[in-house]
Amino acid sequence: MRLPSVRSVLQATVPPLVLFAIIVAVWHFCVQFYGIKRYILPSPWQVGTAFWTDAALLQRAVLYTGSAALCGFVGSLILGTVIAFLFSQSKMLRSAGYPYFVFLQTVPIVAIAPLIVRWYGNGFQSVVLVAGILGLFPILTNATQGLLDIDPDLFDLFRLNNASRWQILFKLRFPSAVPAICAGARTSSGLAVVGSIVGEFFVGQSTTHYGLGYLIEATNSNAQLDRLFAAVFTSTLFGVTSFALINLASSTILSRWYDGPIENRQ
Amino acid sequence: MATDSTTEPPLIAVQNLSMSYGPSRLVLSDINCDVGRGEFVALLGPSGCGKSTLLRLVAGLITQTSGSLTVAGQDPVTARRSSQRVAFVFQEPNLLPWRTVSANIALPLELRGIPKVEQTRAANEILSLVGLTADDARKRPRNLSGGMRMRVSLARALVTHPDLLLLDEPFAALDDVLRQQLNEELVRIWRDRGWTGLFVTHNVAEAVFLAQRVLVMGARPGRIVADIRVPFDYPREPRLRAEPEFARLCGELSRQLREVSR
Repeated sequence: MRLPSVRSVLQATVPPLVLFAIIVAVWHFCVQFYGIKRYILPSPWQVGTAFWTDAALLQRAVLYTGSAALCGFVGSLILGTVIAFLFSQSKMLRSAGYPYFVFLQTVPIVAIAPLIVRWYGNGFQSVVLVAGILGLFPILTNATQGLLDIDPDLFDLFRLNNASRWQILFKLRFPSAVPAICAGARTSSGLAVVGSIVGEFFVGQSTTHYGLGYLIEATNSNAQLDRLFAAVFTSTLFGVTSFALINLASSTILSRWYDGPIENRQ
Repeated sequence: MATDSTTEPPLIAVQNLSMSYGPSRLVLSDINCDVGRGEFVALLGPSGCGKSTLLRLVAGLITQTSGSLTVAGQDPVTARRSSQRVAFVFQEPNLLPWRTVSANIALPLELRGIPKVEQTRAANEILSLVGLTADDARKRPRNLSGGMRMRVSLARALVTHPDLLLLDEPFAALDDVLRQQLNEELVRIWRDRGWTGLFVTHNVAEAVFLAQRVLVMGARPGRIVADIRVPFDYPREPRLRAEPEFARLCGELSRQLREVSR
């Protein structure tokens, strides 16, 4: 892959940073000028200090939330792909099973959280489950579509060579579906991150091992808004980083084995 | 007919074959033709005359509505599953982008469960036959030109040493010079390997240059209107295209095509 030029990196990073500086300045000015109380809106300086004093805590929380999101994401990636394999093999299986995954997708996580707690208790395993449930659907739908939507000429090529059902699945359908699975994985990774943070609100509750979700909830109920802001910003940074990583992985796969972006063609 | 069909039964035998998609769309009507073993026949016709449909019927990818079609005395699917090696070259190269050139060529052998060592050996052997180098073999399809991709597609068809090679306008998307070059190579390979060839095209000169016999088709519904022997000897050299007899035959076929498209 060709590295982006310095110019394009600057073009992509400088304007948002300038905007960020302006927002921070306006924010700081408003807090000073109107004398806004700390428990309504902390000043940028107070938030920065909270970052510094809570650094170790935030680091542990990111690790906890990150592990839960990663486990949930990998679980939904594997499970979603396997179910899509089954769906690609039988129309009957597809029409029988699909509505239940739509159901799982549409039911609010708040509604099934009590059940999850009842069955698996509060804690890490339940957070992983919430992240996994949220991440499953995009993988499943994208993978199923990718496995079914193959080039008819290539399908004929395999038939002409008397390929078996398994050969068609593993040598044609699966490789053809990889770009679609990558697209699903990008959506799913974001949902797994959201799931692991929000999931902790409902199913995390542990005061010894906790992640960003608990930190957000606890600091809010204590009206420690500077710490709350620090936790929220950390969550955002974590989400953006995860998305960037999964994007990098998927574009590496696509440009290595598939007709990736045009500028990478030789 | 070029081969003496009195002694050996034809490889492909088509009798009173009709094909329709739905009750109202008759694509092929009452087709009768034979192709002898080792023969090279061109199916020439205007766009939409059902010539590709006929080729797909011979390949056993679809089934006719009525009439009979046999390959080596069996129905086409049974034939390609048991006694005959059938290969198909599509209009598009249809290569798998995630595989290297050599892995693309080896695909038919891989699907037949032939050992890896054998696959590589056979793929390397075919490379030079279609004018590819060992360096090309390591590339991925996206790094090749259109002409090179078509050569890979041809190599993939030839790697199984087919008994029957079906070609569906394989060079239609290429420029004229490249098309002529590949025609010359195809004739050379056919002489070398001795498969039975059925070549679909809408290009008159291509049909005359390649084939021993040209079946001219008309459209709506698709039917065979003429069966014309091409009298030129092999090997056919590029200069054949400049000879008056070649031009006369092309003119004659063009006239027939115009007549049926009216």
